[in-house]
Amino acid sequence: MSLDKDTVSRIARLARLKVADEELAPLAGELSGIFAWIEQLNEVDTSNVEPLSSVSDVTLPMRADTVTDGGIAAKILANAPGGAVYIDPADKNAGGFFTVPKVVE
Amino acid sequence: MAALTDLTIAELTAVLAQKKASAIEVADAHLKKLDEHRALNAFITETPDKARAMAKASDSRRARGEAGLLEGVPLAIKDLFCTEGVQTTAASHILKGFVPPYESTVTANLWKAGAVMVGKTNLDEFAMGSSNMTSHFGGVENPWKRKGDNRKLVPGGSSGGSAAAVAAYMVPGSTGTDTGGSIRQPASFCGIVGLKPTYGRCSRWGVVAFASSLDQPGPLTRTVEDSALLLQGMAGHDPKDSTSAPLAVPDFAAAARNPDIKGLRIGIPKEYRVDGTSPEITALWEEGIEMMKAAGAVPVEVSLPHTKYALPAYYIVAPAECSSNLARYDGVRFGLRVPGKDLIDMYQNTRGAGFGKETRRRILIGTYVLSAGYYDAYYKKAQQIRALIARDFKQAFEKCDVLLTPTAPTAAFAAGEKMDDPVTMYLNDMFTIPASMAGLPGISVPAGLDKDGLPLGLQIIGRAFDEETMLRAAAALEKAAAFAARPAGY
Repeated sequence: MSLDKDTVSRIARLARLKVADEELAPLAGELSGIFAWIEQLNEVDTSNVEPLSSVSDVTLPMRADTVTDGGIAAKILANAPGGAVYIDPADKNAGGFFTVPKVVE
Repeated sequence: MAALTDLTIAELTAVLAQKKASAIEVADAHLKKLDEHRALNAFITETPDKARAMAKASDSRRARGEAGLLEGVPLAIKDLFCTEGVQTTAASHILKGFVPPYESTVTANLWKAGAVMVGKTNLDEFAMGSSNMTSHFGGVENPWKRKGDNRKLVPGGSSGGSAAAVAAYMVPGSTGTDTGGSIRQPASFCGIVGLKPTYGRCSRWGVVAFASSLDQPGPLTRTVEDSALLLQGMAGHDPKDSTSAPLAVPDFAAAARNPDIKGLRIGIPKEYRVDGTSPEITALWEEGIEMMKAAGAVPVEVSLPHTKYALPAYYIVAPAECSSNLARYDGVRFGLRVPGKDLIDMYQNTRGAGFGKETRRRILIGTYVLSAGYYDAYYKKAQQIRALIARDFKQAFEKCDVLLTPTAPTAAFAAGEKMDDPVTMYLNDMFTIPASMAGLPGISVPAGLDKDGLPLGLQIIGRAFDEETMLRAAAALEKAAAFAARPAGY
């Protein structure tokens, strides 16, 4: 499996990663090398093998559908990179918002 | 009495209990070592004030007769564990400025047991790497050097800072995380003990996620007994991690203090004799088998037929989970934000600037193998291989109680070596990844030095949730190998 520049550009867009044009060709080469090495998996006959998604045998536990946390808006917003806006600046735990660039005109 | 920084965790807890030293004195002695060896770049953040405050509180608890299992023991924490009020970086630029408003379960358990944090250790970015060279904060230097060669060597990775800090006697123990070998391989490179518990033994809550079906926290220490003690402090069921096993924590330390392996069946997987392994490591492995035999164990040859496919399958599964987990870094709620002309542009700019080369490579691989039309050919295929690998181990454990293998195919290499091709770097984890894929516990024990004077480790792999037998075998190996070398100048 060999990846070309356009494919790398498409994956980068899917992954929301800005990749400079001059980096696309070297990345395509590296990724192609990795996928060529991964190809050896095709030597293994896996028909009728159930895929293993988790090694933990435990069934996922259930819990009562109740509120277990809350009232910590100030903590949640403390790391907001664009700064946060609070409903009530005097009581930050009353709630607030992350800020992002304008989405709707 | 020996210097406080030369003591093991077991010895330190005894010294503290006998009031021969206070937790403050112990913390100060270790903080001084952090000062002395800062050039190793083992720490991203040092927390001396917090350490002294925690040590002071520890001394008060002891005075009240409330000493915990690790009361007053200074520890270094891999900077992948969220620590409340202390910046947590995952060695990535994208988490710039992030100060967690909560504490990970594992570190909370350690503080409850009385341990003292001296700082957060360096690692490969998002724990993706085997050399510590992918850290945004620069590589870590291994305290060990080749004889007559002054070149800096890597400590392994991803828990490289945690391993170097223990090997350089800056701390008696540290936490790491292991996804494909990230505790065991650096332990081998730095001449210390590193233990990856069974998947589900330690909670992943509050640990920055890389590959959720593989990630597992564990200890790095200088002795097997210390790893057992530290694991005992870290482990336990956590309702906040749905994959955390609802099991009581056994007395791991008692298992480690009992190196009786008479009649224990030690499996030797024939597929681990592969090209590319240094002949010295193969010879050390043979010596290890002889040591176990001399201690009364019975070596048994076993077969793990799908061994060679574990590594390529891992490089589908881990990047796939990484691409999903790292989707959260978008510049909106925490960490770095690089502005853009609109929201999508902001996401792309932030992620383009925030992730390093190896992380970006793995996100791209993961996005590709999960994308429409490729899922069955790659991701599903890798999960099927994973099932076969798990089955191999299950069948092998019908014939033996633990497995003995090398930990890594080589000793520590120089910074810059093996950097030209990603696949060459990936091969470092060839002996550790199969057990990771099966979720099994593994421990690396320093067993000898190569001709250049560098430490080499051997790995013992146990059955799921049978760390006790694994620790018993590890203690026997430790006793027989009697590894006493320390890096010059430390």
